[in-house]
Amino acid sequence: MPTSTQAAPAANAQGTLRRILLQGRYETLGMISNGEQLVVAVVLPLMALFGLVFTDLLKDVAANPIDAAAPGVLALCVVSTAFTGQGIATGFDRRYGVLRFLSTTPLGRAGLIYGKVIAVLVVLFLQVVVIGGSALLLGWRPAPAGIGWALALLILGAAAFTALGLLVAGTVRPEATLAITNLAWVLLAAVGGILFPSTRAPAYLQPIVDLLPSAALGDSLRAALITGTGSVSGILILLAWTIIAGFAATRWFKWN
Amino acid sequence: MMRVLYGISLKADAGSVTTILGSNGAGKSTTLACAQGLLRPNGGTVRLLGEDPYGASPALRSRVGVMLQDGGLPPSLRPIPLLRHVASFYRRPADLDALIERLGINEFATTSIRRLSGGQKQRVALASALAGNPDVVFLDEPSAGLDPQSRQVVFELIGELREAGMCIVLTTHLMEDAQKLSDYVYIIDDGRNVAQGTVSELTAHAADETPAQAVTFTARAAMMLPALPEHLTLAEASPGHYRLDGVRSPGDLAELTTWWTREGVLPHALTMQPRTLEDVFLEIADKGNNAN
Repeated sequence: MPTSTQAAPAANAQGTLRRILLQGRYETLGMISNGEQLVVAVVLPLMALFGLVFTDLLKDVAANPIDAAAPGVLALCVVSTAFTGQGIATGFDRRYGVLRFLSTTPLGRAGLIYGKVIAVLVVLFLQVVVIGGSALLLGWRPAPAGIGWALALLILGAAAFTALGLLVAGTVRPEATLAITNLAWVLLAAVGGILFPSTRAPAYLQPIVDLLPSAALGDSLRAALITGTGSVSGILILLAWTIIAGFAATRWFKWN
Repeated sequence: MMRVLYGISLKADAGSVTTILGSNGAGKSTTLACAQGLLRPNGGTVRLLGEDPYGASPALRSRVGVMLQDGGLPPSLRPIPLLRHVASFYRRPADLDALIERLGINEFATTSIRRLSGGQKQRVALASALAGNPDVVFLDEPSAGLDPQSRQVVFELIGELREAGMCIVLTTHLMEDAQKLSDYVYIIDDGRNVAQGTVSELTAHAADETPAQAVTFTARAAMMLPALPEHLTLAEASPGHYRLDGVRSPGDLAELTTWWTREGVLPHALTMQPRTLEDVFLEIADKGNNAN
């Protein structure tokens, strides 16, 4: 029926944007109204922050422990929200046919994915406000020169881990997604360069850890916020992971 | 890649109910998934309102509603917020309050979808397919799990939507539903069209020139059954209730009356039953099995 498909392109684009925003709001509410999710998004990072500040685990990284701890905890937020939380939610939505159903509405498959990206960014923003605010109260003084870099790294990190979360959620059973993303979260936090500098990983793992998106994100955030140093290699590694995981997810994501 | 469909050809018109009838595993849901744009067939052509439904534009999807067999409803949500969310994607959504009222969704509005019964979920899934006030609606097994009252409501609603000019495509494995609802029926088996037509066309001449009928009657129990011509099958279905299948001519009835005369019985509750869609379907399925 030509009349409907040849409607003004501007109106169509506006409709598409409106639907994506509606879906983004819906996904965001879904993420923050879920109790377990709130624990993972806020309580655990806050515990990590306090734990790192009141122990001497990071004493060689920066003069003030909060300066060393806060960037890593923000990196942890990226992984928990974009990868673990989003991956598990997507996995179960796929199991229940929610993805199939919503992809038949005008929202479509692309709108569904953009909605998830919006939700990840909104939740991450809230986490940065809560965790960053708490860190400031604890005396955190991020290097002003590194704040721009840090924002770019957080967004790019969210993109890379969202793509990875979708790849896992779209290819294995939701129970497996749950196990894989939780296990990866713990491992990456401990030895993947998230909470501690990647140089702390065992020597035989070093070559692998250096290429992980977690190390690129954690180490680069620390460099940016402790000394104000930008890390082009960190940006490039995250970009590469975003492209590769995004391509793989597009290629292998099973909708049902 | 699995080959599920071999030769399916069908069309559905506005203002009518088109039914895809087949047993479990015949390829009904796969056919619908291709028509809805959820699957891209390896061969053949699919057109939905003139467009390829796979990767269709939002403008096209705005005119189409889908009810999936497994529901596709997010379990943690309550029904009404979900319906409002779905409706918000459409350009000219349906009157949701009326739809909710009509399908009795208010009765369980405060329950999360996870805790609904099968029939309640079915009603929410139907409402979400209709929330966008579509021109075409696909309903995969819409009556599955419904209690008789809800089934009645759903059937009336489908009838009204059809009168209003909607194109309704549904699948079912329930012959009775297909017979009640459909304007046009495609019977598919093993990934192929095996028969098609209006209900009356199908029941009149599916396989034979002359429509066969069944005669049922009640008489004395355990009568000695007569020898009959090969095309007739007589059986005592339950004590005193007899059924003769394959009746095509007055002569066939004469076979019965001859027997009654010999036995000295006058039966009662005698009826002649035209073929139902179920008879047609079973005949076709039988033929398929014999051919294999």
